[in-house]
Amino acid sequence: MNLLGKLSWSVIPFDQPIVMGASGVVILSIVFVLGWVTLKGYVPYLWNEWLTSVDHKRIGVMYIVLGLVMLLRGFADAIMMRAQQAVAAGGAQGYLPPEHFDQIFSAHGTIMIFFVAMPLVIGLMNFAVPLQLGIRDVAFPTLNSVSLWLTASGILLTNISLVVGEFARTGWVAYPPLSELRFSPGVGVDYYLWSLQISGVGTLLTGINFVTTILKTRAPGMGYTRMPVFCWTALASNLMIVAVFPILTATFAMLLLDRYLGFHFFSVDAGGNAMMYVNLFWMWGHPEVYILVLPAFGVFSEVSATFSGKPLFGYRSMVAATMVICILSMMVWLHHFFTMGASASVNAVFGVASMIIGVPTGVKIYNWLFTMYGGRVRFSVPVLWTIGFMVTFVLGGLTGVLLAVPPVDWQVHNSLFLVAHFHHVIIPGVVFGVFAGYIYWFPKAFGFKLDEGWGKAAFWCWFIGFHIAFMPLYVVGLMGMTRRLQHYDVVSWQPWLVVAAAGAVIIFVGVVCQIMQFVVSIRGREELRDVTGDPWNGRTLEWSTASPPPAWNFAFLPHVTDRDAYWVQKKLVCAKQGQPTEARKYEPIEMPKNTPTGFVNAFFAVVTGFALIWHIWWMAALGAFGAFVTFLVFAFREKEEVEIPAETIARFDRAHPAEVAL
Amino acid sequence: MRHGAIAVLLIGAAALGGCSEGVLDPKGPVAAAERLIMLNSTGIMLAIVIPTILATLGTAFWFRASNTRARYMPDFAYSGRLELLVWSIPIMTVILVGGVTWISSYDLDPPKPIASTEKPVRVQVVALDWKWLFIYPDHGIAAVNQLTIPVGTPISFELTSSGVMNSFFVPQLGGQIYTMAGMVTRLYLKADQPGTYRGMSANYSGAGFSDMYFNVNAVPAEKFAQWVAATRTNGPVLDAQTYAALAKPSQAVTPFTYGAVAPDLFNGILSNVSSVVQSDDPLCLAALPSQRAEK
Repeated sequence: MNLLGKLSWSVIPFDQPIVMGASGVVILSIVFVLGWVTLKGYVPYLWNEWLTSVDHKRIGVMYIVLGLVMLLRGFADAIMMRAQQAVAAGGAQGYLPPEHFDQIFSAHGTIMIFFVAMPLVIGLMNFAVPLQLGIRDVAFPTLNSVSLWLTASGILLTNISLVVGEFARTGWVAYPPLSELRFSPGVGVDYYLWSLQISGVGTLLTGINFVTTILKTRAPGMGYTRMPVFCWTALASNLMIVAVFPILTATFAMLLLDRYLGFHFFSVDAGGNAMMYVNLFWMWGHPEVYILVLPAFGVFSEVSATFSGKPLFGYRSMVAATMVICILSMMVWLHHFFTMGASASVNAVFGVASMIIGVPTGVKIYNWLFTMYGGRVRFSVPVLWTIGFMVTFVLGGLTGVLLAVPPVDWQVHNSLFLVAHFHHVIIPGVVFGVFAGYIYWFPKAFGFKLDEGWGKAAFWCWFIGFHIAFMPLYVVGLMGMTRRLQHYDVVSWQPWLVVAAAGAVIIFVGVVCQIMQFVVSIRGREELRDVTGDPWNGRTLEWSTASPPPAWNFAFLPHVTDRDAYWVQKKLVCAKQGQPTEARKYEPIEMPKNTPTGFVNAFFAVVTGFALIWHIWWMAALGAFGAFVTFLVFAFREKEEVEIPAETIARFDRAHPAEVAL
Repeated sequence: MRHGAIAVLLIGAAALGGCSEGVLDPKGPVAAAERLIMLNSTGIMLAIVIPTILATLGTAFWFRASNTRARYMPDFAYSGRLELLVWSIPIMTVILVGGVTWISSYDLDPPKPIASTEKPVRVQVVALDWKWLFIYPDHGIAAVNQLTIPVGTPISFELTSSGVMNSFFVPQLGGQIYTMAGMVTRLYLKADQPGTYRGMSANYSGAGFSDMYFNVNAVPAEKFAQWVAATRTNGPVLDAQTYAALAKPSQAVTPFTYGAVAPDLFNGILSNVSSVVQSDDPLCLAALPSQRAEK
């Protein structure tokens, strides 16, 4: 028996210069960062203050860092694909052979959805939801840390596939029979499945955590109809996570049983049926779109209200629209495969149901418009992303409704028209939303604003580059070009794909501007410093505390009397100006203790996942045992909380007089 | 405003670019009907979307903080009339487009025969790794990576796959449909004009996918008869053995024809993928026929 399973030196693609080059760069940068951190003596600080932290704000920041780093990886894949399709016309084969190109588009989709969009959206929710609800942490802080690190485990496994072995060549949906052992005997699909199984558990735990937090632990007086809209969208999003991520886990479990133990759930023989996978995958996959986009809608709601100096228009409509989307999104999955031969009645029902989602979404657009109406709109960077989203998203929505018409879908399904469509909704809807969100909350997290000039430059590059990159794809899609082509014979497609590649380069400039924005802002942080804790004249509770907020968020839990709680309070304080404020008695606060549980557990998750991928059974058993022992150690720990003395809190408050008494 | 211009440009460009190929240049009744639905739906939605884009840009610009002429209404957060309006606009649009959807889903249902005085020509399609096999069961011939059809006659397709899922797609004749192993999907298409149209697999199926395209030669009826006769006179025989050889993975296969086809080969291919099933197991058998079992 081979102790190392399928693992050997031959699985490292030494013969592929592009892969080895990319891997070399990645490994070198990791070594550089680790070396720099060690040399500078930051390791204890990182370990004590960040890696073992159970503070929702720090976990949120770490999620966003993970998402942004993976955005670079996913974007590098995108540039490679655009470059390949720009040159591989006529008889040309381009520079990427099929076995490499097929891994790239599979990795691009998987990474962008699971390891960019999800961490970014969950990161924003982690950071902002407890602050907006006026509480000190999420319901289960240690579980939150476990979720983060399980997501990181999935990300690490996916990146290991770059060097050791290969990634899936099945597309990011991994439809069987192609993803079955008979047609994909390599480890690529196993990397895909185990990465997503591990990170999927993390996501499900996040869902449970946030549903509990939002339903059970709001500040006194914060009734459901007083919750900020971002919290409502987070609630909807997490309800969907709890409802549909188990479907994905179960589906992948069935595919794993097919691949590892010779089951026949989705195989072509012995009564297996791949159509079940397709249905189950999209029962998760369609709600997933809204899991991502609803929190982004929440960000746009906060930004449009704050920067217009007005309450959100039509709060009740907005909440109703959010919950309607939450429910309807689980009833339309079949529109992802109108071409599978369902009956006319089934297609018609799902087509119309899909369009109905357009109604609450349309309502939201008009509500943001009327939020600006009668306001004093400050064109700060988050507002640019918001308006850029509104004008772009309605067209992406238009092509989405087109795709919901079955006869139109049969003509453009699986074409670049479809690719253009989903980028046309996900980039403005999710990516612009997350960018608006991190710029909006950055001063809260770090105490200084991000540079406006570089921010605006990044916006315009993304906005213009997006249209140049994706509008041509609609055209070639209508000309009959299907997706995932490594090369093509029709030379009349080529000019459009060259233009699309140029658009991708403009987006790249935008990414560089975003990096520059961080660099410039961190270097010039003293000029950008915000000591008030409320740099945008905010409306919700997160702006009532110091920036960055203390670990305990609020020295006194706020008493909420209305929607836009902080705005109302600011007006009251103005009215009472000059009157002596009553002295407050500080009391000690119990906060959850930092723990390495999440980090250690993630280490064992990576070991187990890697061992399962390479069929190293003893190591898989060892990893699973390690994870179990970690859990036991955590379960039997003696001290769960630390008490922060009243004097510390009082001292912090005296140093940050900006905090408004609530 | 920029955006409206981009939209107009996009449609113009698409119309120009699609003049000579693709779904905007239909050559048969199915594709023509689908294009009409696409254009109608787009028109209905643009009537709402373009004003919305303009209104968004106009509102944001007029209510900019530096505009002293704009009225500041810091408490304007609810208006029953506006709420009614913002729910009505998308609802009415969806009712219109939803109606189009409902009717067209039935009218253009892929397995629905095309009304015609001509008797349909039957073609059995097998998606292989990575080429297309077209069997003409009524003529006893077959072709690989080329599909010859008579103009003006409906073609009745029965489609399956040898293993991996593919999608049979000829944009200028009509919409696509998946091909899946062990199952039959059905599709009717018709060409109204002679010509050569590009067909392909639209669903990614592995390494050789990019070369999985073929030409559809739509020829007048008499030429089709001549082609059938000529094909019968030469070329190998397609039976279980030659099929097994053909089914082995290969890429960028040059088109060729078979002069004869073993009877019932298609049904053999259908049941062959499930050969592991013992025929006396009712549970497994029940799962075999597709949702479109046509017998």
